[in-house]
Amino acid sequence: MLVEATGLCKSFGATRVLDGVDLSAAEGEVLALLGPNGAGKTTIVRILSTLTRPDAGTVRIAGVDAVREPARARALFSLTGQASAVDDRQTGRENLVMMGHLAHLGRRESRRRADDLLERFDLTHAADRRVQTWSGGMRRRIDLAMSLVGGPRVLFLDEPTTGLDPAGRATMWDTIGDLVRGGTTLVLTTQHLEEADRLADRVVLVDGGRVTASGTPEALKTLVGGDRLEIRVADAAGLRRVADLHPAAVVDREGRTVTLPSDGGAAHLHAVLDELRAAGVAVDGVRSARPTLDDVFLALTRPASPSAPQPVAAGTAA
Amino acid sequence: MTTALAAPAVRHTGARAALSDRLTMSARSLRLTSRDADTLVMSIVLPVLLMALFVYVFGGAISGRAEYVDYVVPGIVLLCAGYGAASTAMVVAADTTSGMVDRLRSLPVRSSAVLTGHVVASVARNALSTAVVVGAALLMGFRPDAGPLEWLATAGVLLLYVLALSWLAALLGVLASGVESASALSFLMLFLPYLSSAFVPPETLPTALRAVAEHQPITPVIETVRGLLTGTPIGSSGWLAVLWCGGILAVAVTAAGWAYRRRGRT
Ligand SMILES: Nc1ncnc2c1ncn2[C@@H]1O[C@H](COP(=O)(O)OP(=O)(O)OP(=O)(O)O)[C@@H](O)[C@H]1O
Ligand SMILES: [Mg+2]
Repeated sequence: MLVEATGLCKSFGATRVLDGVDLSAAEGEVLALLGPNGAGKTTIVRILSTLTRPDAGTVRIAGVDAVREPARARALFSLTGQASAVDDRQTGRENLVMMGHLAHLGRRESRRRADDLLERFDLTHAADRRVQTWSGGMRRRIDLAMSLVGGPRVLFLDEPTTGLDPAGRATMWDTIGDLVRGGTTLVLTTQHLEEADRLADRVVLVDGGRVTASGTPEALKTLVGGDRLEIRVADAAGLRRVADLHPAAVVDREGRTVTLPSDGGAAHLHAVLDELRAAGVAVDGVRSARPTLDDVFLALTRPASPSAPQPVAAGTAA
Repeated sequence: MTTALAAPAVRHTGARAALSDRLTMSARSLRLTSRDADTLVMSIVLPVLLMALFVYVFGGAISGRAEYVDYVVPGIVLLCAGYGAASTAMVVAADTTSGMVDRLRSLPVRSSAVLTGHVVASVARNALSTAVVVGAALLMGFRPDAGPLEWLATAGVLLLYVLALSWLAALLGVLASGVESASALSFLMLFLPYLSSAFVPPETLPTALRAVAEHQPITPVIETVRGLLTGTPIGSSGWLAVLWCGGILAVAVTAAGWAYRRRGRT
């Protein structure tokens, strides 16, 4: 494991923020920390990146004990934190060249890398303007670019796409994809489930300072059940009849939909429709839905009260 | 493009890397300060205003204006250094609470390099202020009788004083929880020159204040500068000034580095 943390605990005053967090990322892997506001994601990233000292627990980065030997660990990773870490009163190029000098690359190499990164992040046109005049999306991009100057083996990204528009987010995802193909190991935090689903090899769900679930996005989805069928029924009587036929179904009265577990196959769909026609239930529409990380997230971070309706799948698979 | 990401084989330890980090951070702070219009304007306008205030407003009331100019210039130079240091405390506090500091701290860069950068910028700002004060003083009738050697010695004493004050300001800036508290903490630095021999001879002060004035670090520095520039007797002030400044410098450098490292690892 390139990044390995065990038993991380951290309290600020009397508030226990982390309570025994374990996680690891193998070389070249993308690990996403997913959790609601205040779950402790930033605190975890700050501990991994030696900015915060854990009360208990160990952190190893490429075998180096990051708690005991922070200086050695720092040569192995870079951090793009949640807050912007760019000098506003320097130009984009100056910021990048400075990072090159701090990475001890030498003058010429620092300049060359700055040019490369400006190009790669589509910032060349603004390179010689002070960052204070840049848009939020451009600032987020240079923030990441600055973390890449030293060619880190491990990259910690705390909410890399917060504040980006959909196009900016897509570009950031592409960039992150490139990094991963180049062999960089990534630990990122996000509140966008779609982002975790798309980027991560493995997801760690964090809530209230604990890991509530972890695994591949697919494995997590099976935790809240497999494929299902959403049937929209024409009237309330029909709704009751379906509920009688399928006691396990989840009924949403307002939306007049019934959700049934399914194997995702056409045969099951036909069987259900035939059965409903036989029972005289008028069906308005049918959707085949796969669980999304949204479902996992909602199911595992905010245990629903018994009366609350089962969360309805947000996305649908054709 | 992926070539840009290949991990370079470089060393981050050793004296060369340490020196390089200090130079890089100094260049950063100098660049930032040269673009910080507010702080820069203050460090030029304030000395001129103070000079004019003391010479034209108080100078007439206190005694002969010409003699008072000669008396008061060293005090104003030091007062301005105090203001310069106060702004350094605020710059350091702002930087230490910004997101940038997390980035710098997560790099294999010695933490003292960041503070060294701030102090270099502070000394540069103060050198500018001091040049402006002396220039303004000369225009307003200041007539020093110092030769090249005395000017050089003056520059040396002032440099030591400004260095000590800048590191002290850096320490306060790191200890402060924000820019406002940094400015509150550095209040003392602005206030001390008034309780010294800067503007009135200590003999004229009430006994309690006089004791403060005679035993605080600013008085020997002022007496030394005054002696070097206008030929008043220096006596023991010279080595007292060097001792005070050297002592403050040593303590502040150590404490600031310690506080900076500590503060990061909450
Ligand atoms: N320095 C600190 N002092 C006191 N409490 C803190 C400190 N840092 C974090 N906390 C608390 O720890 C908890 C976890 O914070 P953290 O920033 O790690 O959450 P997060 O998962 O990153 O949230 P978000 O999604 O909003 O960024 C919060 O309740 C926060 O108030
Ligand atoms: Mg956070």
